[in-house]
Amino acid sequence: MELLQLLVSGIAQGCVYGLIALGFVLIYKATETVTFAQGDLMMLGAFGGFIAMSAMGLPFWAAAIATVFVMTLIGIGLERVVIRPILGQPAFSIIMLTIGVAYVVRGAITMIPVIGTETHPLDAPYAGKVIEIAGLVLAAEQVVVILVTAALSGALTLLFRYSKLGIAMQASAQNQLAAYYMGIPVRRINGLIWGLAAAVATVAGLLIAPITFVHANMGFIGLKAFPAAVVGGFTSLPGAIVGGLIIGVTESIAGFYLEEGFKDIAPYVVVLLMLAVRPNGLFGERMRKKV
Amino acid sequence: MSGRADIDDTLLLQARNLSLSFGGVLAVNDVSFDVRRGEVFTLIGPNGAGKTTVFNIISGIYPPSKGTLRYYGSGQGVSLTDLAPHDIAATGIARTFQNIELFEHASVLQNLLIGRHRHQKSGFWQQVFFTKTVREAEITARRHVESVIELLDLQHYRDTMVAGLPYGIRKVVELARALCAEPSLLLLDEPSSGLNVEETEDMAFWITDIKEELGVTVLMVEHDMSLVSRVSDRVFAMSQGQELASGTPREVQTNPAVIEAYLGTADDVTSLRRPNPLGAA
Amino acid sequence: MRFVFKTDYTQDINLAKHSGHVFWYGLLLVTLAIGPWIMDDYWLAQLTLVLIYSIVGLGLMLLAGFTGQFSLGHAAFLGVGAYTQAVAINAGLPLIVALVGAMALSAVIGVIVAIPALRVRGVFLGMATLALGIILEEAFARWESVTGGNAGLFVQSPTLLGIELSDSTPYYFLCLVLTIAVTLGVANLLRSPTGRAFVAIRDSEISAQSMGIPLARYKTLAFAISAALTGLGGALYAHKIQFLTPEQFGIIQSIDLLLLIVIGGLGSIHGAFLGAIFLITMPQIISSAKDYLPSSVADAPGLSALVYGAVLVLFVLFEPLGLYGRWLKVRAYIQLFPLYRRGMFERQKSFQKSERLK
Repeated sequence: MELLQLLVSGIAQGCVYGLIALGFVLIYKATETVTFAQGDLMMLGAFGGFIAMSAMGLPFWAAAIATVFVMTLIGIGLERVVIRPILGQPAFSIIMLTIGVAYVVRGAITMIPVIGTETHPLDAPYAGKVIEIAGLVLAAEQVVVILVTAALSGALTLLFRYSKLGIAMQASAQNQLAAYYMGIPVRRINGLIWGLAAAVATVAGLLIAPITFVHANMGFIGLKAFPAAVVGGFTSLPGAIVGGLIIGVTESIAGFYLEEGFKDIAPYVVVLLMLAVRPNGLFGERMRKKV
Repeated sequence: MSGRADIDDTLLLQARNLSLSFGGVLAVNDVSFDVRRGEVFTLIGPNGAGKTTVFNIISGIYPPSKGTLRYYGSGQGVSLTDLAPHDIAATGIARTFQNIELFEHASVLQNLLIGRHRHQKSGFWQQVFFTKTVREAEITARRHVESVIELLDLQHYRDTMVAGLPYGIRKVVELARALCAEPSLLLLDEPSSGLNVEETEDMAFWITDIKEELGVTVLMVEHDMSLVSRVSDRVFAMSQGQELASGTPREVQTNPAVIEAYLGTADDVTSLRRPNPLGAA
Repeated sequence: MRFVFKTDYTQDINLAKHSGHVFWYGLLLVTLAIGPWIMDDYWLAQLTLVLIYSIVGLGLMLLAGFTGQFSLGHAAFLGVGAYTQAVAINAGLPLIVALVGAMALSAVIGVIVAIPALRVRGVFLGMATLALGIILEEAFARWESVTGGNAGLFVQSPTLLGIELSDSTPYYFLCLVLTIAVTLGVANLLRSPTGRAFVAIRDSEISAQSMGIPLARYKTLAFAISAALTGLGGALYAHKIQFLTPEQFGIIQSIDLLLLIVIGGLGSIHGAFLGAIFLITMPQIISSAKDYLPSSVADAPGLSALVYGAVLVLFVLFEPLGLYGRWLKVRAYIQLFPLYRRGMFERQKSFQKSERLK
């Protein structure tokens, strides 16, 4: 029973990792860029929700929707201003750029007087409630996280696989110049992708805020999204979620059964194992260069 | 072909029953040929015939699923399929790439010096202290690289970053880099692709010079038939991974199977000919 | 405008390409040599830190800038060097032995890190090195018997040839000598076949193999040298700050090191130095700028993160060649005045291409 309890909390935590990894994989699939900014966008989204609820007095669901909307715009704006000029440069430059963006976001939030440096709770209507299923005691927050994640990832997978938009996104990732020639509005698509990724990060932030509270260092959770993406495979949307779940559960079990400190490094040990055994992740595609 | 491997002095490379499949696709199917020292041996065939794949097998990028590959560069033959790509280069085989794999963020001179890597002998610590041996080795390397630059007229581009060079020059640098390795066998993958008529002419002269003056054996993949007939000693036609014909350029070009692979059936060819407007046959 | 008319191969091979180089670098060396007598203690200490970070920067530059292996967890090597030095000195070993030991152990760890790193490239390599860096940081924290864990570790002052090096001047000279040695060593490597092999691996692995360069051996070598240099920097750093805690060698430090090489200028030796100067002087600049800012902005804790992030973003967007690249442009402008053409250093417009097929 204990094990099940651990599993559930690991799954819930893993869903959050998975959502951040989802945004990460979205961007990678569409533009083949690796972004380190997802964690801090999540943090920004959580703060946005908090500000919407406290300073503007909006009820939870309205605040959530408004925040997601605003963050989508911010994501699109970010792509327009910062990422677009840089596409085509070596991957490392882009990574450094996103690290810079992450720093800017974190610095900016911390600079907001009073609010930025404190920890705040987010009053979700389901916060604190408890659900009992088959002897398991589950926090409502955890259940909501799991359900929302499942729904969102399902929707996005369908989008990518079956819609023209999804195929166009993959085309522009693999060969941007050719995509231009084919009449794909590459720039608009890239903007959309970043907006979408920001929205997903915001959802993750709003989901986890009732559990971990809103504070400026939330972004470091984003670091765990990388192991999730590596495990799942960088190009697979469902893989990101599965990867997140694996990492969440591993962490949960390691935290309970192993000594202190192992919990923090467990995801990274998993990464190394994965890279050694199956570098492309569980669901990633293998590609080789033809000379 | 006789079953026994004919090891005579003229044999440089011997491929027997090479096969390679990618997933379910048989890219190379039971290909056998001999390359003799000092000749220019050309692989021709329509796109997808498996010519570059054969190259990649020879230079060790893919191991063949079946078959043997023996190289007689220095007397005693060595099986190339057992060697890693960098060891194959050490035996004296150099290659160019179809899509140009130069070192973009280095100058032409640096690229050519890297081409000489297999000749470098100095140890790590000698290089850290840049001893006299290292300095002298550098000067020798540069002398050799200069002779290649002169052969291929690259003086003007010596210190230019490769990233800024036009396509035609890059192809020449690619060739120069392979030559700097002082190979006994040079693999040229579509040397004239993307070049205009004058540049192709130059390429033809250079390949002939390489063969006659430098004594290097050339194994070439090529599409430009005029270049093929000008420089090749023997031609090997492939289609869909298999041998189609082999022999002198003339023999292969008039072979009906080859014509069929390139142009359709031999009958179609006659129907393609325009009637002579002056009436003479 | 200087035209170098080459008549001899040695002109190309030598490190100092013409008399101007000899003059300016000579002047720099002389200035550094008389440093303790022309600067006060505070600036001397800062300069020492710049030298230390330059050594580290050269290590990472060699690996990332010249061999193309981007290590996101490089601070771990800094930590290995620092803790090894601390343990060795605290145990009474002589300074030189401790330094060599720190370098050697870091090199060994570098080789171990290289083993998985050989099999992956690009973003996966980044992930692997990130993971290793985080694991090593945790190891520093957990191995309390040796490292003192989160409580920290004091580092005793070293003595060399009887001279107590806790004083800033002798320590400065130690760092200066080591920095010069390392710089010359790296520069020599880069003008030799090994350095060229590194560049080849960075630009086209498949082509490097076809030229006879064994990838595994050279990548491992790059990791080992880089780790050794970073470890040396770590050892010197340990004596400078005298108190070690594991979080000094965590991911923030790793990112700082990457900032160093990117802002300095990837792929150049000068970049390591310019990046080190940037990293050390940036906090000073921010503090002095605080006087001109309204107090709500100046006192906010997030200011330096914001500034670092903004500078990084601006550099990547507008000056990808880093500070060294900017210097080259300025120098070209001055040398060619008034004939400088606007598009001289223009970046080619490039389109996104799948790097998985590299």
